[in-house]
Amino acid sequence: MSRDGGNVTAEGKNALGQRAASAPPSPRRRTWRRALRRPPAFVGGVIVLLFAAMALGAPWIATGDPLRTNWSQIRKPPTLAHPFGTDDLGRDVYSRVVWGARTSMQAGVFSILLAIAAGVPAGLVAGYYRRTTDQLIMRLTDAWLSFPFLILAIGLVTILGPSLINATVAIGTAATPTYIRLTRGLVLSVAQEDYVQGARALGGGDVRMMLRHIFPNIFSALLVQATVSIPGAVIAEAILSFLGLGVQPPTPSWGTMLNTAQQFLETAPWMAWWPGLAIFTLALSFNLAGDGLRDFLDPKDY
Amino acid sequence: MLDFLAQRVAISVLTLLLITLIIFTGVRMIPGDPARVMAGTDADEAGLQEIRAKYGLNDPIPLQYVRWLGLALRGDLGESIRTREPVVKTVAVKLPITIQLACFSLLIAVGIAIPAGVFSAVRRNTVWDFLANAASLCGVSIPNFWLGIMLILFLAVRLHLLPASGFVPFFQDPLGNLQRMLMPAFVLGVALAAVLMRQTRNSMIEVMSANYIRTAYSKGLAEWVVVFRHGLRNGLIPIVTILGLQMGALMGGAVVTEQIFVVPGFGRLIVEAVFTRDYPLVQGVVLITASTYVLINLLVDVSYSLLNPRIRIKGSAGES
Repeated sequence: MSRDGGNVTAEGKNALGQRAASAPPSPRRRTWRRALRRPPAFVGGVIVLLFAAMALGAPWIATGDPLRTNWSQIRKPPTLAHPFGTDDLGRDVYSRVVWGARTSMQAGVFSILLAIAAGVPAGLVAGYYRRTTDQLIMRLTDAWLSFPFLILAIGLVTILGPSLINATVAIGTAATPTYIRLTRGLVLSVAQEDYVQGARALGGGDVRMMLRHIFPNIFSALLVQATVSIPGAVIAEAILSFLGLGVQPPTPSWGTMLNTAQQFLETAPWMAWWPGLAIFTLALSFNLAGDGLRDFLDPKDY
Repeated sequence: MLDFLAQRVAISVLTLLLITLIIFTGVRMIPGDPARVMAGTDADEAGLQEIRAKYGLNDPIPLQYVRWLGLALRGDLGESIRTREPVVKTVAVKLPITIQLACFSLLIAVGIAIPAGVFSAVRRNTVWDFLANAASLCGVSIPNFWLGIMLILFLAVRLHLLPASGFVPFFQDPLGNLQRMLMPAFVLGVALAAVLMRQTRNSMIEVMSANYIRTAYSKGLAEWVVVFRHGLRNGLIPIVTILGLQMGALMGGAVVTEQIFVVPGFGRLIVEAVFTRDYPLVQGVVLITASTYVLINLLVDVSYSLLNPRIRIKGSAGES
């Protein structure tokens, strides 16, 4: 197999450099080095933190009131006073994008937390007890998984009514079966390990087995899954809001902003650039961070 | 072999039953009186009673479920509140449009993803691999509706290369149809291509490190023979499964894509039904989507077991 020797990626070079180091470094330094060995993941993580800061500090980071309309400033292109321009009601797009981060982060993080809270215990029970319990939970999960994610979320919002909280609940509910299935699979493999069998031989009870011996060993895989499913949830919230099924106006949300922007593509394209770019950047950063985390936590990588 | 098939079919039937149960319960959970929804706001108490009697809304709930299921099995999903047309008929008109869109985007996705994935696995850790991975990561991160809006902005509004939106039937104007379908199909295909490319790459890397591949190389076979005849043939198996599982995402993506490009398909139908609170239509559409998904994945599983004897032998143990 021929390979371009000159085109080794930065990651590959660093890996070589790492191997060349002679004295074994301390565990903490080794952890740091392994983290820094993945610049994309590191950058992704930093950007995620920046977005989190933006969501928390929206009142201080935004330059103006995201809801204040100004009839003399309708659909103005970007200027110093309004770096991202203004929208169809004369509102400052920059401030609305900043406040939109709060909406998106809220929906993304809380929906996945909800999915974990519901899915992980169900998966633990299914994988641990097997037999009838497992069959019961897994058949229900299969049926649940048969609803396309977005269509299930749309259906649930129809039942619950459109709002940010309901959209979050709907996305969380739609994401739950993935966690049941993942947890169950992980439990099935971990439960076979000698240390789990040993703990059971020593007389560990079911709850102790699940919480002390199994859960800690599947935690990192769940963490990786959470990091990579948050961007999906963020995009789902934007889609629901875009369709008018999520956050209701005038609350700033990247999805609703894009919905309005679509009507003014010819006259005010900047209205469509920034909210979309924000969703893209946030989703990309989460994915980079998640990928890095996966490699980082992979024991084969040592 | 027959055991395996029977088991897969049995599980699918059970899944379908559970789906109907979930949908029925879901529709029951909608706040408000269904009779009032059907009758409209100006109905009096006598009119409501009439509707309750007509649709059996006074019967015990399990009985209502069985009756609904019986009708659904015979292809009767009720009628739309808004248009009074049978749900099945409304869907039958919209579905072909979405199927065309889905097939077109599938073609685009597979056309990009498989070659890129194979190349990136074979030239692992080169600049090309890095670029392909970066593109894939962008593909899963980009919100498809924003991508659609940006394409409209640049290709339609600025450059006037393609029509911004709309739809003409293929048999009426084939060229016009393809022109209008190109952007939506691409937008819908991007996320799928990104996921498939990743899977192809992972799958090929795994396959290419197998002993028989080394043997094939040491026999002196040309690289492309090893990669395509020995590698890809085995590497494709997990990809087909992923493709089946991704059908759900494709159906969900169609909802948004059709909304942006004003394609009068299945996805637009759902959104309209949700906005007009046309519950029988929402219920029917969700039921059809979920059932289609189950059937597609049953077909994938069956064809998979025909292609790969190893799975047949493992049977249900292969499930994870």
